[in-house]
Amino acid sequence: MISIDLYLGLAVILFSIGALGVLIRRNSLVVFMSIELMLNAANLVFVTFARHYSADPAMVNNGQIFVFFVMTVAAAEVAVGLALIVTIFKNKNTIDIDQLNKLKG
Amino acid sequence: MSGELIIFIVLGAVAIASAVGMLTSKHAVYAALFLVLNFATVAIFYLMLGSPFIALSQVTVYGGAIMVLFLFVIMLLGAESIKAELSWKKVAAPLVLAVVLLVQAFLVVVSKTGVSDLAADTTIAGASPVPLAESLFTTYLLPFEITSILLLVAMVGAIVLTKQEKKGVVK
Repeated sequence: MISIDLYLGLAVILFSIGALGVLIRRNSLVVFMSIELMLNAANLVFVTFARHYSADPAMVNNGQIFVFFVMTVAAAEVAVGLALIVTIFKNKNTIDIDQLNKLKG
Repeated sequence: MSGELIIFIVLGAVAIASAVGMLTSKHAVYAALFLVLNFATVAIFYLMLGSPFIALSQVTVYGGAIMVLFLFVIMLLGAESIKAELSWKKVAAPLVLAVVLLVQAFLVVVSKTGVSDLAADTTIAGASPVPLAESLFTTYLLPFEITSILLLVAMVGAIVLTKQEKKGVVK
């Protein structure tokens, strides 16, 4: 059977790619998608450990419940974040995050 | 090499390739579609880990609702691509940082769990909807209710943020 390390390694790689996306992309929509990718990698770790500890009846589905909560928070975050991006676009006519430097002294 | 391992390697390659594709595509619509592919492969991983209900909610919530919202906003704004993105000078430092993060996370996370193969049976007793709902409404009742407030606040916030101000109305 597959080792737990393979799943954890895959989640780590996906998380790092998401972090890299947040750092290098200037399109704020793609930055947002990278954040979703990182949340997804965290969810994969939760489900992997839920499987890993599935023999223990006290914590058999705790990891999966947490995945639900992460999904809910992600949905709420996307709704508010995209509303913010739409508002910024209406005011400044761009979503390039390098252009959003009004607070810079 | 077992069949499951082959499936894992192929799907893992698809997941990583789609994530990299999302990162490097110039057009935001392509990035969103790559991300849908990535979510689908992760959903299949959830199935392989014996969590069918999570896998299906992954497809409906992420692949369905969230990505439709993304595509909708991309097309609404009409700002799919930004000129002169991804120059090597700007990418180099973040790339080094991301590789450092990758190596550190590998060192910390992987092989610290007392390496073990996952249990052979593909279904967990607590992974079907009934036990999940049971613990959601008993052990985790308070977080569940707080979640509903969070969703309400997010909904109201999104509406308020995007509401058109009426022009010419003196307050």
